[in-house]
Amino acid sequence: MTKSRFNPWTWLWVTVATLYFFVPLWGTFDFSLRMKRGAITFLAYQKVFADPKFLQSFRYSATMGVITVIVSIMLFVPTTYWIHLKLPRLRPVVELLTLLPFIIPVIVLVFGLIRTFSRPPFRMTQTEFTTDILITAGYVILSMPFMFRAVDVGMRAIDVRTLTEAAQSLGAGWLRVLLSVILPNLRVAILSGSLITFATVVGELILADFLVRPALGPYMVVVGGGKAYEPAALGILSFGLTWICLGIIQLVSRGDVRLQPIGR
Amino acid sequence: MPPLLHQVFRPVPFCTYYRMAEIADTRLARLQPRAGFKLAAVWTYLGVLPFFVFIIAFLIFPATNLFAGAFQDAKGNFTLVNIQGLFSPYILKAYRTSLEVSLITSLSGGVLGFFVAYAITMGAAPRWVRSMLLTFSGLAANFGGVPLAFAFIATMGRTGFVTAILKSICYSAADASKVCPLDPYEAGFSLYSTVGLAVTYTYFQFPLMVLVITPAIEGLKREWREAAENLGASAWQYWWHIGFPVLLPSILGATLLLFGSAFGAYATAQALTGGSILLVTIVIGQQIRGDVLGDTNLGYALAFGMVVVMAVCIALYTVLDRRTSRWLRR
Repeated sequence: MTKSRFNPWTWLWVTVATLYFFVPLWGTFDFSLRMKRGAITFLAYQKVFADPKFLQSFRYSATMGVITVIVSIMLFVPTTYWIHLKLPRLRPVVELLTLLPFIIPVIVLVFGLIRTFSRPPFRMTQTEFTTDILITAGYVILSMPFMFRAVDVGMRAIDVRTLTEAAQSLGAGWLRVLLSVILPNLRVAILSGSLITFATVVGELILADFLVRPALGPYMVVVGGGKAYEPAALGILSFGLTWICLGIIQLVSRGDVRLQPIGR
Repeated sequence: MPPLLHQVFRPVPFCTYYRMAEIADTRLARLQPRAGFKLAAVWTYLGVLPFFVFIIAFLIFPATNLFAGAFQDAKGNFTLVNIQGLFSPYILKAYRTSLEVSLITSLSGGVLGFFVAYAITMGAAPRWVRSMLLTFSGLAANFGGVPLAFAFIATMGRTGFVTAILKSICYSAADASKVCPLDPYEAGFSLYSTVGLAVTYTYFQFPLMVLVITPAIEGLKREWREAAENLGASAWQYWWHIGFPVLLPSILGATLLLFGSAFGAYATAQALTGGSILLVTIVIGQQIRGDVLGDTNLGYALAFGMVVVMAVCIALYTVLDRRTSRWLRR
C-alpha cells in the first residue's frame, strides 16, 4: 500500500463518511443551544435537568440498567464457564440461542411477553413490581448477544481448564473458583459486556413503552412530541452517555465493537 | 487342543501386543465415563439449567406462544385464516413499505459503507483517518432509537440546522425570491417521509457495513492483484474478474444483515414520524396498544411473518459468512 499518494476517490468517500457522521451531531448540538432567540445558551439543558420527570425516568432506567447487568453476569458467566469446562458440545446450541434476539425483533418479543405473562396464571403486568421483573427479563434477553459474546471471547482467551484445576488442587470449591479465579480474569470482557448492556437498557424504548414503565425512552418520546429544543439537548446527552460507554469499551478492549444493539 | 504358550507368543512381534494394549486401554478409557454416566452427566447438565430455563421462559415460550396464536382463531381452534389475512391490502402495504425502506437503506448503506471501507483499506487513507473512521463506525453503528430521530429532526427537520443554512443561502441573496430552490422542503423533501426515514437509517446502516466488510476487503490477497497486474490487467479488469467476485458473498451477506437491521427497527421510525409511516413494526405496535386490525390473532400472524423474514435474512447471512470466512482464515 503506497501511503502518501493523493487519491481523490479515497478522499471523496472519507469526506462523505465524515460529514455523515458529524453534521447531524453538530446540527443537534447547535440546535440545542438556540433556545433563546439570538443567543447561544445552555437553556435547553437547564430545562431538561430542571424537569423532575427527567431525573425520575433517568433514575429508573439507570437502576434497571444496573439490575440487568447484575442478572446478566450471574446468568451468563457461570453458564459460559460451565460450557467451556464441561460441555463444549453444547456451545453451538447456546451460541445459536443467544443470537435469537437478532431474529426476533424487540417489538415481537414484547408482544409475546405481554400475550404470555399478562394473562392468568401469571398476571405479571398487574403490579409494578412484577412488571419490573418482566421488563428486567426482557432487557436481559435484549442484551444477551453482547453479554454472551463478550464473556465467551474473554473465556476463550484464558485457559479455563488449567486455572480451574490449579485452583481445585489448592482446595478451592466451585464458588471460590468462579469468584476469585475466573471472574478477575474476565474483568475486561465483563466490563465491556456490562457497559453495552447498560447503554442498551438506558436508551431502550420499546419494552418500557409497551409495559408502561417510567423509563427514559418513553419520556424522550413524550418530550419529542411536545417541545422543540429539549429533544435536541436530550439527544446530545444520550449520545454522550452511549458514546462514553462504548468509548470505554474501545479503550479497554482495543477495538472491535462490531455489535449492533437491538431495540431501535 | 489348546495352543501352547510359545505358539501364541512367537508369531506376533512384540510391538503388536503393545498396540493391542494401547487399543484396549483407549477402549477402557472410553468406557469409564459411561460407567458413571447417569449421576455425573445429570450433574454436568444441571450447570446450564438456569440459562436454558431463562431462555425458554422469556424468549422461546413467549415467541412460540405468539406464533401459535397466528394459527388459531379467537376460540383457539387451528386455522390458516390469519396467514391468509396477511395478504389483505392494508397489511401487504405495511410489508411493502417495510421492505422498501429496508431495501433502500441496505443498498445505500451498503454502497456507501463499501466505498468507505475500500477507501480506508485499499485506498491510500492515512492511518489516523482509518482508525478514526473505524472507531466512529463502531460508535455510530451502535446508535439508534429515539436520540437518532431527535438528531435528524434537529439537523434536517423543517427548522433544522442544515435546512436553515440552505434556506439562508438563497434568502440572503439580493433578489430574495419567494421560491427557494435550495430549501429541501420546497424541493419536495421531507424528513417525515419514507425518504427521510431512509436518510436517518443510513446513519447506522453504513457504519455497520464498514465494520462487516472491512475484514473481507483486508482478506483480498495482494498477490492476486500483483499477479493480475503482471498479466497486464487494468485496475478495472482486476476488480471485475477477481476482486468483486471474491467479495460478492461477503457483500451480499453484509447487505442482508443491514436489511434485517432496518426491517426490525421500530423506535427510530416511531420517534421520527409519530407512527405515520406504516411499517410492519409500527402496525404491530399499534396492534399491541389497541386492536387496530380488528382481530388479535391477525396481529400474531403479522409478528410471525416478520420473524420469518428476519430468520431467512440471518440464515442466508450465516451461510454466506461461513463461505467467506473459509478463505479469510487463509
